[in-house]
Amino acid sequence: MFNAVAEPWRRQILDLLRDGERPVNDLVDLTGLTQPQVSKHLRVLREVGVVDVRDVGRQRLYRINGPALKPIHDWVADYERMWSERFDALDVVLEDLKREHEGDGGNGR
Amino acid sequence: MAGSATVTLPADEQILITREFDAPKELVYKAWTTPELVKRWWSGERGEVTLAEIDLRVGGAWRYVMVGEGFEVGFHGEYQELVPNERIVSTEVFEGMPDAASVNTLTLTEADGRTLLTILVQHSSKEHRDGHVNSGMEGGLQESLNALERVVRSLG
Repeated sequence: MFNAVAEPWRRQILDLLRDGERPVNDLVDLTGLTQPQVSKHLRVLREVGVVDVRDVGRQRLYRINGPALKPIHDWVADYERMWSERFDALDVVLEDLKREHEGDGGNGR
Repeated sequence: MAGSATVTLPADEQILITREFDAPKELVYKAWTTPELVKRWWSGERGEVTLAEIDLRVGGAWRYVMVGEGFEVGFHGEYQELVPNERIVSTEVFEGMPDAASVNTLTLTEADGRTLLTILVQHSSKEHRDGHVNSGMEGGLQESLNALERVVRSLG
């Protein structure tokens, strides 16, 4: 279940579904993925129980099974946020190092 | 900007962190292995690095301590393999969970002056991996983990 949710595209799909139910076509438009790709991710998410589906007329609408999902989503998102903060700070350090190396006459290597 | 970190869980005992940097790999390696530089980035926005010790040789030890609002966390480990500018394999122990050491493999791959950084964190068990993710965090996450355990059990 962790792995099902941790995959970046699936997390993006889950983020999009957080606002409410959506048909597959919406998700295709919003992610830029192909329909078979979106369908495959949705299938994985349904198998682990974090996404539900219902048929309305000719449309299949997907929605989040909120209570099942939130803890895992938070878990990975928090860890990722911590590393993003670290790496943003590392970007600043690297900019300084690049300037220093250019100051040495461009002989950075 | 090179963009934010990507975290995935490729297997039950693993965490994979990836990020691209707009800098050559030599500089990323230098920022990763020089104590006074590590002090500038390792805590992110969560506090201050009060200690960064690095004995950069195989068998040498490292230890970092971060102090934030109302908490202090320490991590340490030992270098197992060092390929300058390309690869570091080291152990890592969160001092709040001293029984759960992981083996971390850092790799740096450069293309067109940009560097892809990956860290594969390998734990000995899923329980230790899940504990790791909980480690550098403020409260609240343990609650999530407990809730998650209940969800996973209910799904059978």
